[in-house]
Amino acid sequence: MSRYFIKRLLQIIPLMLIISIFVFFFIHMIPGDPAKTLAGVEASVEEVEAIREEFGLNKPIIVQYFDYMKNLLHGDMGRSLKSNLPVTEMIASRMQYTLRLVFAGILWAPVLGIFIGVICAIYRGRALDHAGMLFAITGLSAPGFWLGLMGIEIFAVRLGWLPSAGLDTWKGYVLPSLVMGTGIMAVLARYSRSSMLETLREDYVRTARAKGQKEFIVMFSHAFKNSLIQVVTILGLQIGGLLSGSVITETIFSIPGMGRLLIDSIFYRDYPVIQGLLMIFALQYVLINLIVDMLYGVINPKIRYD
Amino acid sequence: MSEKLLKVKDLRTEFFSSKKSSVVAVDEVSFELEKGEIVGLVGESGCGKSVTSLSIMQLLKDTPGRVTKGEVIFEGKNLLTASKKEILNIRGGSMSMIFQEPMSSLNPSMRIDRQMIEGICLHTSLSKAEARERAAKILTQVGIPDPQRVLKNYPHQLSGGMSQRVMIAMAMSCNPQLLIADEPTTALDVTIQAQILELMKKIQKEQGMSILLITHDLGVVAEMCSRVIVMYAGKIVEEAPVEILFGNPTHPYTQGLIASVPKLGSGVKVLPSIPGSVPDLSSMPTGCRFAPRCKYASEKCRQQEPELVAVNDKQKCRCWLKQ
Ligand SMILES: Nc1ncnc2c1ncn2[C@@H]1O[C@H](COP(=O)(O)OP(=O)(O)OP(=O)(O)O)[C@@H](O)[C@H]1O
Ligand code: SF4
Ligand SMILES: [Mg+2]
Repeated sequence: MSRYFIKRLLQIIPLMLIISIFVFFFIHMIPGDPAKTLAGVEASVEEVEAIREEFGLNKPIIVQYFDYMKNLLHGDMGRSLKSNLPVTEMIASRMQYTLRLVFAGILWAPVLGIFIGVICAIYRGRALDHAGMLFAITGLSAPGFWLGLMGIEIFAVRLGWLPSAGLDTWKGYVLPSLVMGTGIMAVLARYSRSSMLETLREDYVRTARAKGQKEFIVMFSHAFKNSLIQVVTILGLQIGGLLSGSVITETIFSIPGMGRLLIDSIFYRDYPVIQGLLMIFALQYVLINLIVDMLYGVINPKIRYD
Repeated sequence: MSEKLLKVKDLRTEFFSSKKSSVVAVDEVSFELEKGEIVGLVGESGCGKSVTSLSIMQLLKDTPGRVTKGEVIFEGKNLLTASKKEILNIRGGSMSMIFQEPMSSLNPSMRIDRQMIEGICLHTSLSKAEARERAAKILTQVGIPDPQRVLKNYPHQLSGGMSQRVMIAMAMSCNPQLLIADEPTTALDVTIQAQILELMKKIQKEQGMSILLITHDLGVVAEMCSRVIVMYAGKIVEEAPVEILFGNPTHPYTQGLIASVPKLGSGVKVLPSIPGSVPDLSSMPTGCRFAPRCKYASEKCRQQEPELVAVNDKQKCRCWLKQ
């Protein structure tokens, strides 16, 4: 088991290398010139050139890439073109907000989603099932930004119960976590319902009933655990999606997280910051998938990592 | 006259594709089982053998099927009107079942010990540790040499034969009065098949329980059973003690089955074909259901369905030729 995961961890290195190449060249294809943006509209041609020279933007792009990777290996992600602060520091100071948001979403959404899905499966075809699925489909079709804006309008502007921006008190988390989690909740509700329905038709569920086991225990101790095996994979993908979902949430609620930083950096063509952020997002995604695979092995005894 | 353990009367099970439309998979099935008896239930694939057994055990939940008529009287109690609690007490206790597919009938994410202990604890007052001991003892009885290892295994670590032994052990763990074995050996290879049957026979003798043995294989029937029930398209067409059935089959379908068995006990798993095929449940012939394949079929056969009647004091048959 541990050998398998060491191998998986090592595989991350070439993967991240490939991602870095794609990200690097992709960023440089964004139209616009950071030197001009930095120098301002009034700057002379010489001033712009000087800035290019200073940040190495006049070198061939291949050389720029190798410079970047060389520094990265020393843990240096470069400095922001705009603020001249080290990118690592900038990201580090923003990361906690994004993680808090992601956490606020993960805290309730998968649990509620799976709960709704399982209840719907158990009461399939009845009113409770229809109500649950209606709820899930609504959640799935409501775009995050719309939910956020409606939430602000109703609970912040009209009722004044919740703040419209920031994460200063627990109240500040309510609306953002709603925006972060709703989609996951809805997707998991639907997946766990269909997964549970499939499991309920399995022979071993019938065996459990044939033992004279109570229906409640048949559902939870025999069907539910096995139905989770499929759901966990979906959960991983969804949590990966949450990271990018935070971009919208941070923008709507003016939360200074990595998503906001990304938007600002794209605006200024702040290459090192964009590069750093995208690498971090990719790394998080890869790590989450690894964690999900490990979780999968815990739930499903058939998987042996060797 | 020995006591009846199980009486099935006019059992009818339908599968609903919507609220109103359904197909009848088991139709007016009536039979009885005495204490200590092994009765075979045979018939081609799809004739309703499994559905009959699931109806008796009331295990049709999560299928579109429902028992719509009849009685299942077990130890004097009608299971179809019994309370949920009574059913739970009987299931896995005095009546247990072995399923067709051993591999998929065990919970893949639970170790064998938990799956066995679960049933034992439900029907006895043993502690978990005692239940585990009992599980190990039964596993030894069903011919598993190292029960402690098997108990710690997950189902995927066991072979098909091992899984079926575990299923048998599980079914026997609370000393049932009635064991319903739905093709307990079909999924296994011939040598293991023989071992498992031998084992069931041995345990049956030791404990005096009754077995309803569902199978395709007339060879198995000849070896194991004292009485045979032949089903065709959801109905019983013949019932007789095993020597009589093989010596003097009265129903043309039974005759066809027996005539086409190459040699008893040769391990042929599929019933050899009688020309034609089983009618579709949704378009049953109006008269005798076997008429389209029967070489004796007359106009009367196609119009009117014969009843299951006694042709002598031991044998029943559903055919116009015998009424
Ligand atoms: N879950 C189900 N949904 C709908 N129809 C079903 C279902 N299970 C069984 N049936 C119907 O009931 C009929 C009898 O099926 P059953 O499983 O009892 O056959 P069988 O005699 O056990 O066959 P086999 O020897 O292949 O196991 C089948 O023809 C099928 O059409
Ligand atoms: S009733 Fe007629 S068709 Fe049916 S089995 Fe007898 S002879 Fe054949
Ligand atoms: Mg069957």
